Amino acid sequence: MSEQPGGTGLVLNEPLLWERGKTGRCGFSLPAQDVPESPLPAELAGEGPDFPDLSETEVVRHYTRLSTWNYGVDSGFYPLGSCTMKYNPKTNERQAGLRGFTAAHPLLPAALSQGALRLMYELERDLAEITGLAAVTLQPAAGAQGELAGMLILHAWQQSRQSVRTKILIPDTAHGTNPASAALCGYAPVAVPSDERGIIPAGVVDSLMDEATAGIMITNPNTLGLFEENIREIARIVHGRGGLVYCDGANMNAVLGVVKPGEIGVDILHLNLHKTFSTPHGGGGPGSGPVAVRRELERFLPVPRVVEEGGAYRLREDCPDSIGRLLAFQGHFGILVRAYAYIRSLGPDGLARVSRLAVLNANYLKERLRGTLPLAFDRPCMHECVFSDRNLQGTGIVTLDIAKRLMDYGYHPPTIYFPLVVPGAIMVEPTETETKEDLDRFVEAIQAIVREARENPDLLKEAPHRCKVTRLDETAAARNPCLIG
Amino acid sequence: MKKAEEIQLPDELRYSVDHEWVRMESGSARIGITDYAQDQLGDVVYVELPSIGARFAAGAVFATVESVKSVSECIMPLAGEVIGVNAALNDDPALLNTSPYGDGWMVLVKPDDPSAGGGLLTAGRYREHLGGAA
Amino acid sequence: MRYLPHTDGDVAAMLQAVGLRDLDELFTSVPSDCRVTGELRLPPAMTEWELDAHMDRLAGSMAVAPEWSLFLGAGSYDHFIPAVVSSLAARSEFVTSYTPYQPELLQGTLQGLYEYQTLVARLVGMEVATASHYDGAAALAEALLMAVRITKRKRVALSRAVHPRYREVVRTYFAPTGYDVVEIPYVPATGLTDLSRPEEWGEAAAVVVQSPNFFGCIEDLRQAGERAHAGGALLVAAFTEALAYGLLKSPGSLGADIAAGEGQSLGIPRSFGGPALGIMTSRRQYMRGLPGRLVGRTTDRAGKRGFVLTLATREQHIRREKATSNICSNNSLSALTAAIYLASLGGTGFRRLAGLNRDKAEYLKKALGEAGCTFPFSAPTFNEFVVTAPGGFDAPFQRLVDRKILAGLALGPSYPELAGHNLLCVTETASRQAMDALVTEVRS
Repeated sequence: MSEQPGGTGLVLNEPLLWERGKTGRCGFSLPAQDVPESPLPAELAGEGPDFPDLSETEVVRHYTRLSTWNYGVDSGFYPLGSCTMKYNPKTNERQAGLRGFTAAHPLLPAALSQGALRLMYELERDLAEITGLAAVTLQPAAGAQGELAGMLILHAWQQSRQSVRTKILIPDTAHGTNPASAALCGYAPVAVPSDERGIIPAGVVDSLMDEATAGIMITNPNTLGLFEENIREIARIVHGRGGLVYCDGANMNAVLGVVKPGEIGVDILHLNLHKTFSTPHGGGGPGSGPVAVRRELERFLPVPRVVEEGGAYRLREDCPDSIGRLLAFQGHFGILVRAYAYIRSLGPDGLARVSRLAVLNANYLKERLRGTLPLAFDRPCMHECVFSDRNLQGTGIVTLDIAKRLMDYGYHPPTIYFPLVVPGAIMVEPTETETKEDLDRFVEAIQAIVREARENPDLLKEAPHRCKVTRLDETAAARNPCLIG
Repeated sequence: MKKAEEIQLPDELRYSVDHEWVRMESGSARIGITDYAQDQLGDVVYVELPSIGARFAAGAVFATVESVKSVSECIMPLAGEVIGVNAALNDDPALLNTSPYGDGWMVLVKPDDPSAGGGLLTAGRYREHLGGAA
Repeated sequence: MRYLPHTDGDVAAMLQAVGLRDLDELFTSVPSDCRVTGELRLPPAMTEWELDAHMDRLAGSMAVAPEWSLFLGAGSYDHFIPAVVSSLAARSEFVTSYTPYQPELLQGTLQGLYEYQTLVARLVGMEVATASHYDGAAALAEALLMAVRITKRKRVALSRAVHPRYREVVRTYFAPTGYDVVEIPYVPATGLTDLSRPEEWGEAAAVVVQSPNFFGCIEDLRQAGERAHAGGALLVAAFTEALAYGLLKSPGSLGADIAAGEGQSLGIPRSFGGPALGIMTSRRQYMRGLPGRLVGRTTDRAGKRGFVLTLATREQHIRREKATSNICSNNSLSALTAAIYLASLGGTGFRRLAGLNRDKAEYLKKALGEAGCTFPFSAPTFNEFVVTAPGGFDAPFQRLVDRKILAGLALGPSYPELAGHNLLCVTETASRQAMDALVTEVRS
């Protein structure tokens, strides 16, 4: 590598908000007092919160400084496995920022909100086509709330059949939200072990699925980046014993236009618009987790439902079998606008090419890195691949050190120590928006770091060297929590 | 991580396969986690202890121990009633790391069966068990 | 193709490196009976200017200011958002980053969230706050599950003056659990929660009172807390209009154990309902029972101040089915936006803005009273109130729609006993002129 991407820029310190300012300042243009004052009765009035008073310039400098300590997709390569950190198109922000959308009250009468309702209706139809399922709700606020919606639907469906079931099958490779979402519905998770090929054998499902089990929650492609080949057989077994198949669609970016989950036995599926459909992650959210279901389950979807009658759209509330409402209003509409803009920008051919190139990028990285880090499963992967730190035993270097050292090279580290079935896992998801040159440079960085691990391990142990801070004391943070200043 | 031979296992204690130790003290049993267990956990950041008066069967979860990124359940090695807890762990959970057999003890239990400790492992047998586990 | 940087040459070279002939061969691990045969039936791709025109048309059909005057709140409020807030919150370093699992690369988000936690804790007078939830309703539902875990009781008592949709969301979350939800009536004369019969609440884990409540009335949280605590329940204070705490005593100072509600008022656009901002706060003793992410302060190896996600053992990625919640992605960027908004206003500005909301609402109330309208509830209100006109409010509402004035929300569907009554909201964005126009039309 000719030049290290990580340099030593001017990193400025910045105090906490309340370490700045002076009482009486205000960075806000208050409207004129054009009506008489009407103070509250004294017994109700408080003193108001103790916030620092800052000038507009102070506020601008404070947050601009903070932003320079952050690394986003716009800053560089972000190969976080299972997070699909693809480019977030700027035009999406423009569309979501249109005044007709941002200023729209959620309780506007239908006649006064046709544009937003039409957008939601069309997005539902698009996602139904992409997933091969009949009906979609856009309401869930994030993937985990989509999972909860899905589990509530599963629970309501079992109840409608007078069937009381207490367990649910969840593969050992699952994201932690799966068991946590199932538990909210009172289902005890039963771990389904993946086999030596990293997938779920139908025989294991056959031995575990019984009359007390409500169904299976399966991630496909799974968190090892592998396609669950036995999905049809697994679905046949689960359906045959009165269960439903829930698919965590977090990894849908691998199979757009390649696989329609609804056609291979999936009954309920959630999507993450902030992964597959390019909406930004905002440093932790807001996301959006639409849920798609097959026709027989549509009546259980949360209210409100968007319906179209003769070219007019409205929100329908009277759905007696619905699981109810998940949020006060109809979901993260601002995120829906972005996803809609993305689907319209790419069209059917563009979306199908997204997955082909995402899988190509992942397989390319896998091939280029196979001599440098050991592969957890040496098989053709989908949109991501999992390595481990096994070959560094004896150097004292572990996955965490590699991750921290990658920052010095100008990269966000991959997902580490997940999935749990791979000790020291390093899970790389390049996404389709990265160029071959960027992937090549990342490969060189990993190769250089593995060399350093053998030649100068302290360099890794002390990494990162070029960030705002060095490694932080998480133990002290948890022993004596300081959550507010 | 400590090497096998670095793990301290005092001879006067009894051990369970779930990595708890028991010290019999004139009719009551003092219980904590072993040096091996604390070493595996890493820096302990929080300990959730039972209330005094709580009763547990052998094999029941009586406490949880947390490191930054893990939660481990502590399994009661013998049935009985909790008659004392180590409140010092609330302020200083690191005692579990620095002194697992001393200041880092967890609970004092009045066993239902005063001879129950007899079924537990000696230091030697526990070390063999660790060898098998590793 | 847009967003896809691969040239034909790149694809060929990469396929060669992985030993494949074409892109379809990448999917050999997908059994053929799982493969899609046809093309996706979606509208064809649009150019960027086609998309702009299409979206302009959709957005253009929406009834928004300045063409429309909206006196509609009910959980989503029209407050002025300064350019400084939208501009800073749109910085792509904040927008395009992931959850700060690698703290060294995301100190901006982390310090921003730590400051947010501090500001909202001060706002509601509580000791700890989480880094955000989806919205006020979901935050309230999670707060009640938390109260159930803390008290080990299996029922919650919610005031009927809590936002009807918040109550619906609580019922959705509680449906599969077997926990009970009982409703506490409100006093028809005052519009305040009837706290006189706590024996009807049973063995409640939590008593939930919203203040200002759905009718805009300011509740007696202190009394609610005393009654709740006397029966061994926690007081959970809900709120939909966070700006009110610029004037009101905070829930924490009045005895709330948990305060959960909506922060959309704090610089976040209404955006047809979301994303908004779920705020969750509690007393420090319940810190380890909180759902969702928490940011904590610590130091780096050189002793420098820094921030990390902490107390993560409560969360799903570690404790899985035993976690305090299934939440993973939250509404981080909304939280950051709220902090920027609060920093812009400052304590002085926040109090003045809250005062202006109250003053304007009182102005409209008085004018409507003089125009012959009546108000069913006697309790003081903040920036919302319930009103009716002789012969009901439906007729004036319809006439006002023709004048592009939306006069609040009809309460009949949620409260049959209040048919003919509307809930009106007045914020600092309502000009005196717009209010006078509304009153003129109601009078005619």
